[in-house]
Amino acid sequence: MTSAPLLRVDDLAVSLRLADGRLLPILSDISFAIGRGETLGIVGESGSGKTILSLAVIGLLPESAVVSGQILFDGKPLTGLDDKSLCRIRGSRIGMIFQEPTAALNPAMTIADQVAEGIVLHRGNSWREARRQAIELLDRVRIDQAVRRADDYPHELSGGQRQRVGIAIALALEPELLIADEPTTALDATVQREVLGILTEFVREKDMALMLVSHNLGVVAHMASRMLVLYAGTRMEEGETADVLGDPRNPYTRGLLAALPGRTGRGRRMASIRGTVPSLAHLPPGCRFAGRCPDEIPLCSQDEPGWRAFGAARGVRCLRALTTESV
Amino acid sequence: MSGAGPATRGAAGFRLRRHGPLATGLTLILLLAGVALVSLVWTPFPPSKMQIMHKLKPPFEVGLLGTDQYGRDVLSMLMAGAWNSLSIALFAVALGAGIGVVIGLAAAAWRGVLETVTMRGCDVIFAVPPILSAMMLGAFIGPGRWTAIFAIATFMVPVFTRITVGAARQVWTRDFILAARAAGKGALLISWQHVLPNIVGPIIVQVTIQLGLAILTEAGLSFLGLGLPPPAPSWGRMLAESQTFLRVAPWLAILPGLAVALSVLGFNLIGDGLRDRLDPRQRGHA
Amino acid sequence: MIILMVRRFVGLLLTLLAVSTLIFLVMALLPGDPAAIMLGTSASADTLAALRQQLGLDQPLLLRYLQWLGGVLQGDLGQSHTYGVPVAGLIIERLAVTLPLAAMAILLSVLIALPLGVTAAAKRNGLVDLAATLFAQAGIAVPAFWMGLLLILLFSMQLGWTPAGGFPGWRAGSFAAVHALLLPALALALPQASVLTRVTRTAVLDVLDEDFVRAARAKGLSRRAALWRHAVPNAMVPVVTMLGLQFTFLVAGAVLIENVFNLPGLGRLAYQALSQRDIVVMQDVVLFFAALVIVVNFLVDLSYLWLDPRLRSEKAFS
Repeated sequence: MTSAPLLRVDDLAVSLRLADGRLLPILSDISFAIGRGETLGIVGESGSGKTILSLAVIGLLPESAVVSGQILFDGKPLTGLDDKSLCRIRGSRIGMIFQEPTAALNPAMTIADQVAEGIVLHRGNSWREARRQAIELLDRVRIDQAVRRADDYPHELSGGQRQRVGIAIALALEPELLIADEPTTALDATVQREVLGILTEFVREKDMALMLVSHNLGVVAHMASRMLVLYAGTRMEEGETADVLGDPRNPYTRGLLAALPGRTGRGRRMASIRGTVPSLAHLPPGCRFAGRCPDEIPLCSQDEPGWRAFGAARGVRCLRALTTESV
Repeated sequence: MSGAGPATRGAAGFRLRRHGPLATGLTLILLLAGVALVSLVWTPFPPSKMQIMHKLKPPFEVGLLGTDQYGRDVLSMLMAGAWNSLSIALFAVALGAGIGVVIGLAAAAWRGVLETVTMRGCDVIFAVPPILSAMMLGAFIGPGRWTAIFAIATFMVPVFTRITVGAARQVWTRDFILAARAAGKGALLISWQHVLPNIVGPIIVQVTIQLGLAILTEAGLSFLGLGLPPPAPSWGRMLAESQTFLRVAPWLAILPGLAVALSVLGFNLIGDGLRDRLDPRQRGHA
Repeated sequence: MIILMVRRFVGLLLTLLAVSTLIFLVMALLPGDPAAIMLGTSASADTLAALRQQLGLDQPLLLRYLQWLGGVLQGDLGQSHTYGVPVAGLIIERLAVTLPLAAMAILLSVLIALPLGVTAAAKRNGLVDLAATLFAQAGIAVPAFWMGLLLILLFSMQLGWTPAGGFPGWRAGSFAAVHALLLPALALALPQASVLTRVTRTAVLDVLDEDFVRAARAKGLSRRAALWRHAVPNAMVPVVTMLGLQFTFLVAGAVLIENVFNLPGLGRLAYQALSQRDIVVMQDVVLFFAALVIVVNFLVDLSYLWLDPRLRSEKAFS
């Protein structure tokens, strides 16, 4: 990146304060950047902290969250900003799509109103004007007969349609950054492709930065130019998608790739990573992947390895990753 | 339940929030039961003893809590009233729960028409508050202990029926019930052996809450003259009689009402505390 | 949706029928001779027989029931023994006090409970939450009629702001009438409000966990806007449900409160009918109250269709 990135996250760490006062660490040592028009794919399983990461960027962490580190948006810090300023940024400059399309829509509000609300709020248009724009947006996300369906309620739509409404809401004000938290996970395969197609269109058209969070490597491979691998709350590997997928340096990344269906020959047992993801409350000492890693050595269980950048915009957290590579 | 201000955050505050309400409730009810039982053998003065020369004395002068318009000792009357309120409440809830749970178990076991009719019947009874059914009863059989008990129990039956049906239906869907049925056990036996033990939690919670409500209702009934007739002391009637002397002897109105409120509060706190522990379905937000 | 409403309406009629049958049966089957109860023990055998015939007590049960039911449907509720006037007229007269009282009580309880419950949920574990929780616990335990006495003590006797009881009648002017109903309505409202506060708080907390509230915030809505425009409307179903369920207790409270404050309403009529052993009046008042409760619950049921659009269609998209 030659110009300043649109979004820069530095040394982000997030913990949650529990009811009895203890601190539960969720994310630690997260750093990355996204430039305008760029798509970053964040890959993580459940329990990796990816949703908390999305919420942290848009500033919607729960009250019990304790945050350290910095999030810079267009050069200015988001962390520590007062809620009023954050509200001005949310929706208009940073948008978000949620995983469960049904849960993310207000069941008591028509879809046109839900799309129009952001427009009224940020642009100050009248409701009538905003609804007109909303119907246009619904049409753009390929809701058939948008005019007639404008006054439908979310429960009258299919899952795919609901997610498209969610996209319309998020993109209504043409934000510079869109955060998509598992946008297609709850959808059927055919619908997934449609939704991703719509996203790609918008990204290209509006030169929008996209932070795409998913556990699905296929989706990330398809959409993202760069990717970041998250595991148990911290980053494991980062780089251009083609590089990471073609030459994975972190054993966890390799494990994820090997576990993809289609990678195994016919009749062979599918590879899977042995063991289970550690609970964030009981992280192992040393590397978080220790105990499941096929390449581990005794040193791996002692101290958590630090993040090492190498090559052109690549990075990895692994003691064994760089033994043969020259930095 | 529980709300904790900034002062009670942290580990110690957490324990206070978890156990505080239940402990407070238990204390209050043990106090109530204790006072009620003691009143059977001893009170500072005989509750019905009238000492006209000491009428309308404020607390701490003659009796510890003052005297009423006939010179009767308020504390003694409160103590004896505790026994009356508590015993009526216990009877009514026992009766209502006993019948209600049985009906509920039957409705959940046999479903179909029985269940529909039962639930409709509950709706119908719910439409008539205990006060009004007590008034109907009272018109015919006169006021008294049993009028109060029957009126309150009548309203309790649908309460327990509903709770039982709800909880029992959930148990009936569980696998071990299917196993019992496959083994050829009849609905009756299954209800007694398997369903009932598994719904005891919510029922106990409801019993404590309804005990509080029963005391509240009994006070209302006595207030209207539908409870125990004089000279039996009752908190509700004390309140009714206090109104005439409200200006000169406010303690006559404040104290019996306080007794009712604290008793009901005690039962509610226990019910809430037990609910968190016994009835996972209803666990509310802390 | 029309089918749903029609079905509910039929259910309403059935329940009303069931209640009226129940009340009739209870009154008919309770031990004791209604005529003797109404006239007292000193009445002569002839007067007793005459009254029994007038009340139709010598006729078979089913016939009595049908006659009574027919009368009720036509608005003829019989004659009051003590006042000598048709009961229907008496009830309408007394409604002029009880209905405004109930309406004021409900309004007050909602005005207190809603902001308190919503704020308690929004600022969880804060000061308002603590106060709301204490209020909720204390309020449920306090008998409404005791509250009435305490309020009289404070506002009438100590401060002299309101009358200590009685009702001047609507002819004396709306302000005076409402003024007289204020303290009784407050006494009724406070226990209701405490239950409602608790339900509101829980309901709002439940909704605040939902994704769409977060989605509303992601649009740029402030915490307060997301709370009131998205969370609260979706939390109303449990609150309205509780309002309906509490209505029975409101009726019971009204009976007691009208006696404390000496208001000439339906509750006081029931009590007077009891003291005078006027069984006809009592039966009719109980029936009326029961019918009112059932109708209110029916309206609550209908309101769900408005509050939650998902309930409007029998089939919703998967």
